Amino acid sequence: MGDALAAYVAIARLWVRSSLEYPASFWAMTVGSLLSTGIDFVGIWVMFSHLTTYGGFDLRQMGFLYGTSQLAIGLADLVVGNVERIGMQIRLGRLDAMMSKPVPLLVQICADQFALRRIARIVQGGGVLIWAGWAVDWTPARAGVLVSMLACGGVIFFGLFVSFSCVQFWTADASEFSNAFTYGGASLLEYPLSVFPKQVALGLTFILPIAFANWYPSLFILGKHDTTGLPHWLELASPVAALVMILVTSTAWRFGVRHYTSTGS
Amino acid sequence: MLYAAVAVRSFRRYSTYTAATLAGIFTNSVFGLIYSYAYIELWRAAPHAGGYTTTDAVTYVWLGQSMIMTVAMWSGGTTDDLNERIRTGDVSIDLYRPVPVLWWYYAGDLGRATYHFLTRGLAPSLIGLVLFHIRGPATPAAAVGFAASVFLAVTVSFAIRFLVATTAFWVLDSSGIRLMSAILSMALSGMVLPLNLVPGVAGTIVNALPWASYVQVPIDVYLGRHHGTDLLAALGFQALWAVVLLGLCGWVLERATAKVVVQGG
Repeated sequence: MGDALAAYVAIARLWVRSSLEYPASFWAMTVGSLLSTGIDFVGIWVMFSHLTTYGGFDLRQMGFLYGTSQLAIGLADLVVGNVERIGMQIRLGRLDAMMSKPVPLLVQICADQFALRRIARIVQGGGVLIWAGWAVDWTPARAGVLVSMLACGGVIFFGLFVSFSCVQFWTADASEFSNAFTYGGASLLEYPLSVFPKQVALGLTFILPIAFANWYPSLFILGKHDTTGLPHWLELASPVAALVMILVTSTAWRFGVRHYTSTGS
Repeated sequence: MLYAAVAVRSFRRYSTYTAATLAGIFTNSVFGLIYSYAYIELWRAAPHAGGYTTTDAVTYVWLGQSMIMTVAMWSGGTTDDLNERIRTGDVSIDLYRPVPVLWWYYAGDLGRATYHFLTRGLAPSLIGLVLFHIRGPATPAAAVGFAASVFLAVTVSFAIRFLVATTAFWVLDSSGIRLMSAILSMALSGMVLPLNLVPGVAGTIVNALPWASYVQVPIDVYLGRHHGTDLLAALGFQALWAVVLLGLCGWVLERATAKVVVQGG
């Protein structure tokens, strides 16, 4: 594990150095990412020129959901977002070369062309979260849940990125499939889960535990009650969801790698 | 017909990637579902916002999803090929051809857009029809107008993407400019939220910019918000931007051609 992490950092550092060789491009892309990931919040803000509460949430509380959702996907995207490129690596025949190197395959794929500009989503989401967090009535327990939520949210999205990208071991050009779960999941979490039908809420709790990335812990921090009638202890169950996600992801990844049969065979 | 042949080849080229198309349809549908529920809650809290009923709003969501790929919102399409060919210098071959470069790429992009409209446009809309009973075109005139409006939307988007691609004649790396262009089309097309919901002067401005032709105008035509001469005015708005921008493309290309020095000539 330590070796893998060291290898990741070493490869990522090379890519960061190379991208900083073109500072104008780097900053243009970073500012661009900052703007493009922030559009959704502008949409929510415009929405509030027509209403005062959305699904029982005011603008700041919506900002809280938005910020935590952005941080969850942002952290995962920064570290493992490149896993979406498996299909391309397969097409170019690079995956075979990677497999023969003494560094874990996932580390190589994710650290390859590591893009520091992806930090923009974290900065932008973090900014909104700080603004939204100003109005929260903080207690030590709530602060603890916030820290756990950010960590678990990152892990849950890490799992989504990796497990749904495994499809590409079979169909190399279906990279967009995983977007429905990663970016789709993050978009969904920008809204209160209670505005979706109950089946969606149940599915995102017990089948694909995306709701634990921000919804349940946010209810605890904001002192709100779930209207879907699910038990309160779910608000503190994010670490369990994150653990399940890790187990499922490692199984999916191993299954995918084992079934990978190079191109042309 | 040369241009028809180019368009047909381009259509076929994009139709090769079946898995990618299916994955894309799936993703568009998931986003359609998410935004449908999000909009239903918005219109429950603010009925008739922007002059839309809830059914109008949900119809707006699914038509919006169908326009993303049709107008190549996040860039892509034949203009990306042009950008790459300018960077590598292959554009000199394009300039040699006894066919105007602008119309060659335009024909190709129309072929691409037709393919994307028929697959990634229609398929998610069918899901919207089954699940949310979205509206059909308001009147026969609206249906014909919608077809014309989508064509003009693709034309305006092509012209803007062409202008962005040709910046590669002057700058080494135009990916920053391309990202900015994608952000503008995402933010100002009505994709995130109908532009009619933007209050005050800002609303008037965004409705007058060329990006409004991408999503806002075609959907309003479809929903029958423009009648008689007003319908012609809406299409005229798009046509005006199309002519102005295509004219600009021609002028830029002329300037660029004067600048290009082909090796040995």
